Amino acid sequence: MDNIAGKKSSLSWAVNIATLALVLLWLFPTVGLLVSSFRTADQIFSSGWWSSMFAQESQNPAIRVSGAEQKVGDLYVIEGNLFDGKEAVVTAWGTSSRAPQAYAPGETVELTRDRTITLQDNGDFTFTATQSQQDKRLQRVFTTATSAPDFTLDNYRTVLFSGAGTDNMAKAFFNTLTVTIPATIIPILVAAFAAYALAWMEFPGRALLIAAVVGLLVVPLQLALIPLLKFHNEIGIGKGYLGVWMAHTGFGLPLAIYLLRNYMVGLPRDIIENARVDGATDFQIFVKIILPLSFPALASFAIFQFLWTWNDLLVAMVFLIDSSGQTTVMTRQIVELLGTRGGNWEILATAAFVSIAVPLAVFFLMQRYLVRGLLAGSVK
Amino acid sequence: MNPALQGLITIVLGVGGCVGYFYFSNQFLDKVLYPAKGPNAGRNINRANMIRPWLFLAPALIALGFYLVYPVFETLRLSLTDRDAGGAFVGAENYSQMLSEPKFWEALRNNMMWLIVVPAASTAFGLLAAQLTDSIKWGGVAKSLIFMPMAISFVGAAVIWKLVYDARPEGTEQIGVLNAIYLFFSDGDPQTWLTIPFWNNFFLMIVLIWIQTGFAMVILSAALRGIPEETIEAAIVDGANPFQIFFKIKVPQIMATIVVVWTTITIVVLKVFDIVFAMTNGQWETQVLANYMYDKMFRANDWGVGSAAAMVIMLLVTPILVWNVYNARKEMR
Repeated sequence: MDNIAGKKSSLSWAVNIATLALVLLWLFPTVGLLVSSFRTADQIFSSGWWSSMFAQESQNPAIRVSGAEQKVGDLYVIEGNLFDGKEAVVTAWGTSSRAPQAYAPGETVELTRDRTITLQDNGDFTFTATQSQQDKRLQRVFTTATSAPDFTLDNYRTVLFSGAGTDNMAKAFFNTLTVTIPATIIPILVAAFAAYALAWMEFPGRALLIAAVVGLLVVPLQLALIPLLKFHNEIGIGKGYLGVWMAHTGFGLPLAIYLLRNYMVGLPRDIIENARVDGATDFQIFVKIILPLSFPALASFAIFQFLWTWNDLLVAMVFLIDSSGQTTVMTRQIVELLGTRGGNWEILATAAFVSIAVPLAVFFLMQRYLVRGLLAGSVK
Repeated sequence: MNPALQGLITIVLGVGGCVGYFYFSNQFLDKVLYPAKGPNAGRNINRANMIRPWLFLAPALIALGFYLVYPVFETLRLSLTDRDAGGAFVGAENYSQMLSEPKFWEALRNNMMWLIVVPAASTAFGLLAAQLTDSIKWGGVAKSLIFMPMAISFVGAAVIWKLVYDARPEGTEQIGVLNAIYLFFSDGDPQTWLTIPFWNNFFLMIVLIWIQTGFAMVILSAALRGIPEETIEAAIVDGANPFQIFFKIKVPQIMATIVVVWTTITIVVLKVFDIVFAMTNGQWETQVLANYMYDKMFRANDWGVGSAAAMVIMLLVTPILVWNVYNARKEMR
């Protein structure tokens, strides 16, 4: 912009840096959750996620020595590696939780009852005793070690497949999908016909109806909860998929009609009038001309409605989820996890990311239509 | 029945039903009711064309009427009745009960703060982001990334930000970024940010600002690009500096769009529910109207007061509703 008059802006480097800072600031929280979902519970609690990219020194939880006992001379000896071959460098260690950094690597420590233990910096230990340690609880070792970055897919395995109870999102994932797809497709068709009538058919009251749609755009759906729940109970639907599909359809219609009408009204008049002159009925014009031409607007609305129904919590809680909990959706389950498992970040982060992944994919693939829809949809 | 199967059947029935309805109702109109032939062909065609728009509109109007218009009046009625007394009319009793609750005033106060802070901050950040990204080469990528939170659910965002605000006991490693930064610069104790009354509201608002900035940026960026270049060139020739160009030339020209963005975000703020519900559930003085209403309706099962709270939200939305309708009508003329 500033180059128009032929001079290069001296601010350009500042603009680049400011943009970069803004983007990083906006990205940072999400990346934190993504990285956390690939870490074990111990890792999450022992260090901030931002340090997980680098080799880091951290205090490990106690590890109990274990291994096969061998008799060497008078001594019973157990040898092995504390870290099971994982790469780590011990900087200090101890044998009690009160002094976890008492010794340096390589030192040999006398324990009670004539036992000794030696720990090398790579985690190799030698444990000796004068009596057999069979069936006894062996010594615990506290280590402070520098370990290489280490990520795991275990959390995703738990959340998607093996988890029990609320840890397992598989069912909720399919429930969300079951809510979303019909709730996205059905309003499109209903709205498209109405939008065509409001855009290209002459009838008394048209302007009033358009104004009504604009007004309904902003009516809070909070008002609809109790009356509709009562209505659903009266007609025998109760809480269930049918109710939530109908509710999403109703709530999505004003935006759908508004977006599609705005788009259709901009289509060239000639095409439609020529078709009329050639004897096409309104139904034919709509199906053969308007619908194909309106594809970008249809896509825009479909994306909006998909994101909105996928991410919705309130409508699902009121119209879908009953006390049996069989029809819970992902957003609801995550709120439950926040309550009951507020400290289990590995499960929480992974569950949240599973639910975020699909909308993010849709967002990045279909961004063009989303932006176009936004520009058309904001009331001018 | 398996829900997936039920879903599939619903799609087929829903879509098939719609197509069938539109097709057959048109056929019926043209072939049976007012056939375009015989002695009255001309009159019949006119009559059919008078009825046809309503055929196209009927399903949408019925759905809108049932799911949005009727509930407004029904909620108004419910707010004036007492459910425990068998739905007897009680006048303004629910409202006076609501007004006597400190939680309601807390919710109203917080909602007002949300109304001031969130639209203002989102629009300001959005304007900044739009101006910055429009003038650099990798602006498209930057836009995408700032826009991305728009696709994330409020619940997902709540989890993301809870991790940012997380607090671990003193002396242990902090895993929440905010506490890590705080302790890096000061010697204080780790703070549980979401439980500090008054200020915790702002920590919740940040989440919505983070989500809405992308929306503001996209709309405002399009508006900025629509500004006629002559006005900017003229300003440059007259020796205006970049800041003057931005604030005195560009911003006044996109004022209408800024108002649109502002009101749209205001509507979102008025309905804000998920963020508060998932992060604090209204504890520690973070209650907002939508969550207060949900508490009343589905936890306390008090439909009267719940409906009264819903009517308050409706009342707050009404000025924007009227303004939008007024503008839409002006545009159509």
